Amino acid sequence: MGRYVIRRLLQMIPVFFGATLLIFLMVNVMGDPIAGLCGDKACDPATAAQLEKEFGLDKPVWQQYLTYMGNVFTGDFGTAFNGQKVTELMSTAFPVTIRLTIVAVLFEIVIGISLGVVTGLRRGRPVDTVVLMLTLIVIAIPVFVTGLLLQLLVGVEWGVIKPTVSPEAPFNELLIPGLVLASVSLAYVTRLTRTSIAENSRADYVRTAVAKGLPRRRVIVKHLLRNSLIPVVTFIGTDVGALMGGAIVTERIFNIHGVGYQLYQGILRQSTQTVVGFVTVLVLVFLLANLIVDLLYAVLDPRIRYA
Amino acid sequence: MRGATHAKWAAGAVVVALAATACGGGGSGGGGADGIVSSSWGDPQNPLEPANTNEVQGGKVLDMLMRGLKRYDPKTGEAKNMLAEKIDTSDSQNFTVTLKDGWTFSNGEKVTAKSFVDAWNYGANLKNNQKNASMFSYIEGYDQIHPKNGTPSGETMSGLKVVDDKTFTVKLNQKFSTWPDTLGYPAFAPLPRAFFDNHAAWVSKPIGNGPYLVDSYTKGSKLAMRKWAKYMGEDKAQNGGIDLKVYTDNNTAYTDLTAGNLDLVDDVPASQLKNVKADLGDRYINTPAGIIQTLAFPYYDAAWNTPDAAKVRKGISRAINRKQITETIFQKTRTPATDWTSPVLGEAGGYKAGLCGDACDYNPAEAKKLITEGGGIPGGQLKISYNGDTGSHKEWVDAVCNSINNALGNDKACVGGPVGTFADFRSQITQSKMSGPFRAGWQMDYPLIQNFLQPLYYTGASSNDGKWSNPEFDKLVDRANADTDKAKAVADFQEAEGVVRDQMAAIPLWYQNGSAGYSDRISNVSLNPFSVPVYEQIKVG
Repeated sequence: MGRYVIRRLLQMIPVFFGATLLIFLMVNVMGDPIAGLCGDKACDPATAAQLEKEFGLDKPVWQQYLTYMGNVFTGDFGTAFNGQKVTELMSTAFPVTIRLTIVAVLFEIVIGISLGVVTGLRRGRPVDTVVLMLTLIVIAIPVFVTGLLLQLLVGVEWGVIKPTVSPEAPFNELLIPGLVLASVSLAYVTRLTRTSIAENSRADYVRTAVAKGLPRRRVIVKHLLRNSLIPVVTFIGTDVGALMGGAIVTERIFNIHGVGYQLYQGILRQSTQTVVGFVTVLVLVFLLANLIVDLLYAVLDPRIRYA
Repeated sequence: MRGATHAKWAAGAVVVALAATACGGGGSGGGGADGIVSSSWGDPQNPLEPANTNEVQGGKVLDMLMRGLKRYDPKTGEAKNMLAEKIDTSDSQNFTVTLKDGWTFSNGEKVTAKSFVDAWNYGANLKNNQKNASMFSYIEGYDQIHPKNGTPSGETMSGLKVVDDKTFTVKLNQKFSTWPDTLGYPAFAPLPRAFFDNHAAWVSKPIGNGPYLVDSYTKGSKLAMRKWAKYMGEDKAQNGGIDLKVYTDNNTAYTDLTAGNLDLVDDVPASQLKNVKADLGDRYINTPAGIIQTLAFPYYDAAWNTPDAAKVRKGISRAINRKQITETIFQKTRTPATDWTSPVLGEAGGYKAGLCGDACDYNPAEAKKLITEGGGIPGGQLKISYNGDTGSHKEWVDAVCNSINNALGNDKACVGGPVGTFADFRSQITQSKMSGPFRAGWQMDYPLIQNFLQPLYYTGASSNDGKWSNPEFDKLVDRANADTDKAKAVADFQEAEGVVRDQMAAIPLWYQNGSAGYSDRISNVSLNPFSVPVYEQIKVG
């Protein structure tokens, strides 16, 4: 097990370098970022040259990349164009987005898996049909439609919540945005769980457990659900990374100042330091989430062993 | 049916649960003179320093926080003395500035002549990377501390001299009669010693001498400004303070306004213009601002720099149905342009309605005739470049092209040429890589006709993106700048504008309005000529 983890961690290194290099190159081909800093006016050439020097933009790209990576390993992610340290931006943005992601993942787990179990055990019944249709609708509607509709109904028309989230972004204000962010994945989790439960409920070990006279509850939770969760855990695990990075739309609608917002600003202003820094961290989150998923397999199904 | 009832119950439960958790939150306390106004804001692009702020989001903060020698009247745009007792000159080149007594910064430090001279030297110095450094380029000695190449050879400009606490002199490197009127620009604000002694601390919590002081500043999300009780100016704050809240999207800000969660939105999104009357009634403001949009041409491209091309440009101008586009696409938040300045200047300031004459009137038949006489569109096709990332430029560029195509009876005569990002668009312009007309916008720095003409059309000027050059225009501008009489200067500038018209150096499209909406909690809201709300006049309750 330990050797497996180490091997996986070592594999992350080339992935990490490859991903950051790609992002670095992509941001760089977008053109000269300094030219955009002066608005509709032309930058004074002397000041522009001075700024380029300060941000290291006058050097060739490979050299910029090396310097950048060198700094990253000392914990220095550079400075955004508005003079703030990128690490400072991260320390305000990541906690907010992590909270939002937690809310979203909780919704996925609690609602998604419960609905999946309920429908999986009642295949073909009206409940099953209704939930299947609902999930289909949710998957079909883009997130910004759900987001804007909920904001308008719950926030503006009924006045139940505030339509936007305050800068501190406490958990209670993140409920509706979290639900919106989770919605599509939630529908997938429901469907995945349902199929998996439906399949496994005919398995021999379930029949044996029932025949032994175990209580129904124990059969479902201990035997049926545990074995059915593997595909669901895979999905939720990879979804954590996707949710953090993909929160741009939701964060924009509800005015949440998280990772999505900072990335959007960074791209718009072509601030290489901001974009590369945030994406680097997101890549790490994604890699770690994948590792944890793989390790969870062994917990859920002891037959899976990593030597 | 049973399923439906269940769903209803579930929805009800969710709503109740949310209601229980969503209470509390920051209602702003009190009305009257202590009431706090919450207003939408965008994250400023640059650190908040007077000489480093060149966009409207940072600019509005400086307008609350700082007061300079002059201030532009929020209604008329006229430059009025603020900290300046008087600014004297006999030759339009040497100026003596005398300060009023008794002004201090909010940390108690006195505002002296040195506060100005130090701030200006800091702003002009190349070392400090200030994006507005060129504002000081008229002062003698600017070249030494802001050379085109290499490092500065000094720390101060030779044209600035402190005489005593209340007086300093300025020597310009050319005659510039209306120069004192430029001093209301935020870059010319004085700075306290704290700025130089502990720069990082100042930038995280700026100290100024304006009607408000910074209470707290959380970068990227909220800036709380509070009324400064000891402010000595006449434009004291009539509310307790302003909370500027950063919004990721102006649509979201508008939603918050309609939900009663925000008091003031100073940028009504285009998509909401249809609803704004129904939502806000007369709490919607739509007034002219000092912004004009034009189509500029690349004169470095030989095909556009021929004597006949002027006819083609006039023809293109006549093929654009400005009235229709401003009404349908912009919902009347733009006004068709008939000169190259802005209505906010007023008649006395140099705005002259109809100066463009026939050339700005829509007339498809004449347009076709002019373009044919001029030898047709260079290259056979007009490609209007714009940046596609912000500002919904695609809509109007497509409409302009449509209008031109209809006039010429050729649906391939004009196409839009989107560029991915604003930065890329700007870098193509500065590297003179444009092959056809491109969108150009000009927001005035100060309400002077000089600012609408010289930076844009003078040979080699800083924002002359098309590299247009005309000796007669340059001569007239020089003459206007040398005039000591303001009315005479304005008349000379208008004569210069006539040259721009005759050559159709750039096609004027429309003047842009500022638009704002506010809640019924506040009153006395207006926008100044820079389309920034006049915050200190807002009343709560």
